[in-house]
Amino acid sequence: MPKERLVVVGNGMAGCRAVEEIIKRDPDRYAVTIFGAEPRVNYDRIMLSPVLAGEKTFEQIVINDAAWYDRNVAALHTGRKVARIDLAAKRVEAEGGLKVPYDKLILATGSDPIRLPLPGADLEGVVTFRDLDDVGAMVAAAEKGGRAVVIGGGLLGLEAAYGLVRRGMDATVVHLMDILMERQLDESASYLLRGALAERGVETVMGAQSEAILGEDGSVAGLKLKDGRVLPCAILVMAVGIKPAVEVAKASGLACQRGVVVDDQMRTSDPSVFAIGECAEHRGIAYGLVAPIWEMCRTLAEVLTGDPEAAYEGSTLQTRLKVSGVDVFSAGKFAGGPGCEDLVFRDAGRGVYKRVVIEAGKVAGAVLFGDIVDGGWYYDLMRRGEDIAELRDTLVFGQQITEALRGADPRSAVAAMPDQQEVCGCNGVCKGEITAAIAGQGLATLEAVRAVTKASASCGSCTPLVEQLLQLTLGDGFQVQTGPKPVCACTGKGHDEVRRRILAEGLKSIPAVMQALEWATPDGCSACRPALNYYLLCAWPGDYRDDKQSRFINERAHANIQKDGTFSVVPRMWGGVTSAAELRAIADIVDKFAVPTVKVTGGQRIDLLGVRKEDLPAVWSDLNAAGMVSGHAYAKGLRTVKTCVGSDWCRFGTQDSTGLGVRLEKFMWGSWTPAKVKLGVSGCPRNCAEATCKDIGVVCVESGYEIGIGGAAGLNVRATELLTKVATEQEAIWTICAVTQLYRETGWYLERIHKWLGRVGIETVRARVEDPEDRRALYDRFAYSQRFAQIDPWAERVAGRHAEEFTPLTRRLEKAPA
Amino acid sequence: MNAPVKDLVSPTWTDVGAVSDIPVRGARRAPTARGAIAIFRTGDGRLFALKDACPHKGGPLSQGIVHGHAVACPLHNWSIDLATGEPLGADRGKGCAAVVPLQVREGRILVGIG
Ligand code: SRM
Ligand SMILES: Cc1cc2nc3c(=O)[nH]c(=O)nc-3n(C[C@H](O)[C@H](O)[C@H](O)COP(=O)(O)OP(=O)(O)OC[C@H]3O[C@@H](n4cnc5c(N)ncnc54)[C@H](O)[C@@H]3O)c2cc1C
Ligand code: SF4
Ligand code: FES
Repeated sequence: MPKERLVVVGNGMAGCRAVEEIIKRDPDRYAVTIFGAEPRVNYDRIMLSPVLAGEKTFEQIVINDAAWYDRNVAALHTGRKVARIDLAAKRVEAEGGLKVPYDKLILATGSDPIRLPLPGADLEGVVTFRDLDDVGAMVAAAEKGGRAVVIGGGLLGLEAAYGLVRRGMDATVVHLMDILMERQLDESASYLLRGALAERGVETVMGAQSEAILGEDGSVAGLKLKDGRVLPCAILVMAVGIKPAVEVAKASGLACQRGVVVDDQMRTSDPSVFAIGECAEHRGIAYGLVAPIWEMCRTLAEVLTGDPEAAYEGSTLQTRLKVSGVDVFSAGKFAGGPGCEDLVFRDAGRGVYKRVVIEAGKVAGAVLFGDIVDGGWYYDLMRRGEDIAELRDTLVFGQQITEALRGADPRSAVAAMPDQQEVCGCNGVCKGEITAAIAGQGLATLEAVRAVTKASASCGSCTPLVEQLLQLTLGDGFQVQTGPKPVCACTGKGHDEVRRRILAEGLKSIPAVMQALEWATPDGCSACRPALNYYLLCAWPGDYRDDKQSRFINERAHANIQKDGTFSVVPRMWGGVTSAAELRAIADIVDKFAVPTVKVTGGQRIDLLGVRKEDLPAVWSDLNAAGMVSGHAYAKGLRTVKTCVGSDWCRFGTQDSTGLGVRLEKFMWGSWTPAKVKLGVSGCPRNCAEATCKDIGVVCVESGYEIGIGGAAGLNVRATELLTKVATEQEAIWTICAVTQLYRETGWYLERIHKWLGRVGIETVRARVEDPEDRRALYDRFAYSQRFAQIDPWAERVAGRHAEEFTPLTRRLEKAPA
Repeated sequence: MNAPVKDLVSPTWTDVGAVSDIPVRGARRAPTARGAIAIFRTGDGRLFALKDACPHKGGPLSQGIVHGHAVACPLHNWSIDLATGEPLGADRGKGCAAVVPLQVREGRILVGIG
């Protein structure tokens, strides 16, 4: 019987593997003809990255050499593109007029890299990363040195950048998103990856939109970003994605969507034509990795060698990044989803982050950074759909520990641990030392064990184990103590520890804190994120960039949300003093925007209630025009400074209380604090400004100024405690700013001054502000941070900052892009 | 994620903007004839849509803090599951914010609001 004619279009990973699989099953059935557009035998495309980095040669990545083709293939046409398929005549037509008939046809044309249509995209030195020729172009460019810019922070872009650095260039990756490899990684892993890349000389610029490629004498010279920045470069790599190569299929009349549409037997809309690899679209998915391709090839080989029932049912994906020394693994629903739970493990010391996603009692995905030995195990559990109820407690620690403890009571597992086994990795303390210290020195608390052995005294991740050892050694005599109140359920760390370590370790972003302090959730919660944002803002004035998404709505919108979703607007009236011009402007605004309610507040100013969010910038613009700025009635920051009329008018007034209040408010407005701060200044002990129930209150007397702190009149009612008395107005201002700074630096988020005072004690505060040097230093730090805080947030938004916050999305009623 | 092709081109899907219009760990509000909807984008880049009304007292969820796959309502801090619209934790079982079907197609957000 004559052999059937099988033609393969595409001499890449999929095309050749399909031929191998078919030959393995039935070596004599087909006479195979292969067309390949590249002028070479087939090679392992994924190893182009190590070739670029100089870690491998082309010869080392060839999959099938010339001898293999001689043995197995009737005809190989390299460097020759197929132009058309005549489906009716069952014949392919290649460039140059060659026509080859087929009985069965396999399309394996792969993908084309996407080229962004930027101005300058056709300049010399603008390359993509897909085949050996691209690698050749990059290596040649790298010989001249200089800087490379890579557009795209996905797997390919990062591997390209790393390879170019290894070739002696400096490399910058610009990425549109805020997360590198966002289709494989979450924010925490991306944060660690950025650090690891930076150590290897790859700089990353996030949230960067490219605008144009700049050239000089026809060659690329730089990349211009939408924000105006220009990144000079000698070579520019576009690694922004791929699109299935469907040109030939489409032109020949095969059904195509994103890719060539195939069924579970890999069959296209023509029963004699099959498609596999990246050019195929199966159940709506066009894959971009090799693992699914291998499965497709196996199914296709079954189908073509006699089992018409074989079916490919889609693949779950796993990814590893090939940058030497940087271990990243991602698989499945790494980012969770409906009904998913997260198990998170962080080891700051080793730079490890692991997140295993559980859904319906099974592993649904995982993302690992720094230690990926268990990637394969999680992937396996996921693919087998194994019930992990029994493994759950230890799953995140990996296969070895889990299997060792499988089914065992954790207590007995601890009991069974050998004495030499290390418990505390940070300080190298093993089990025997701890149990000996507990028994020998009569230790009964965690603190005592920490003090004597140093176990659990550093990162604290072994604390549960140490507690179990205490319990085991002491029996019921041991009670688990409660340490400082944790910030929230995402962490066991208290506020003080978080604040201390932000400063000590130079942590400058929320993901940095979460990694270093081993947060148990991927991106925190609505309790810890605002707290961390404040701590960072306070620790690094001028340096830290406020994270808007970690602010409650009022602080994000710079207005107070009301029960019906509208907002209130409270402009500052310095010290409660206003003028005819301000009142007239307010009246006009009320008319113009039909503000439903105008109310005088308990804080001596005017509240416009019921303003629609969309109108806020316009209302503020009019207020700004009349000289008024935000009153921060919404802020964990300085609110009001209430005053009385004082010596200017009042027959009892001893000092200029109104003037002092205005000066204080003008100097202190805009400062962010752990909780709101309200001041009051009364001109005499009759205290008409109610200064003795404010966070900080001044009562003027003939001989000077009595400063009290820790008053409250809300949920708790408390009178201030006298802090100190000073003789001059200047000293009063210094002292008040110094106290505020001390509170800013040591208060816990949402802790009002009176609560803080109860915790630290008035003596401590007094000692600090009565020491002239300390007071001076605190005051200076306050003044320095005010340089960055005193920007009217309303004026900024009138000028267009965060315009999206105030503009609802608009519907486009035309049909969606097809 | 990958809905049947016919759904993607069917006219019941409405384009409300680009993925990049929604801040990461944030939300935007899209008014429609049948009430506002809230579109959320989580830290890991996923998108969700709910009716913009909290099951508690109708608070605008689009104005809350987005954390994990949940949003904290801006009015009284209930935590709402973005995937199901149901309150989490202590308020579990007390009503539900309607889930709005959402698709992403070539960087555009399509919602199924008819
Ligand atoms: C507008 C105003 C009532 C009024 O019509 O007079 C007001 C309105 C609100 N107060 Fe107040 N408080 C107002 C003066 C006060 C005062 C009196 C004062 O400042 O002299 C107090 C008692 C003094 C004190 O703070 O100790 C006061 C104690 C509170 C408390 C309890 C705080 C506490 O720690 O005990 C809250 C709840 C909170 O902050 O968590 C609160 C919370 C609120 C909130 C922000 C409720 C909320 O979260 O939405 C209200 C916002 C309404 C809005 O949109 O403007 N308001 N609130 C006053 C605005 C002052 C201003 O000009 O900025
Ligand atoms: C640098 C790099 C690193 C990668 N790293 C990984 C990784 O770590 N893990 C992973 O899973 N995947 C990785 N990939 C992706 C992986 O290489 C692809 O998924 C795989 O190569 C796809 O196989 P394919 O056969 O569909 O396409 P290809 O391997 O691209 O083969 C298609 C071939 O068809 C030829 N062709 C196209 N049109 C015609 C025509 N009309 N006539 C004749 N010939 C034609 C092309 O020239 C090409 O040689 C990487 C890719 C690159 C570029
Ligand atoms: S006392 Fe304050 S918080 Fe309570 S209803 Fe009045 S304004 Fe609102
Ligand atoms: S309205 Fe949402 S929590 Fe009350």
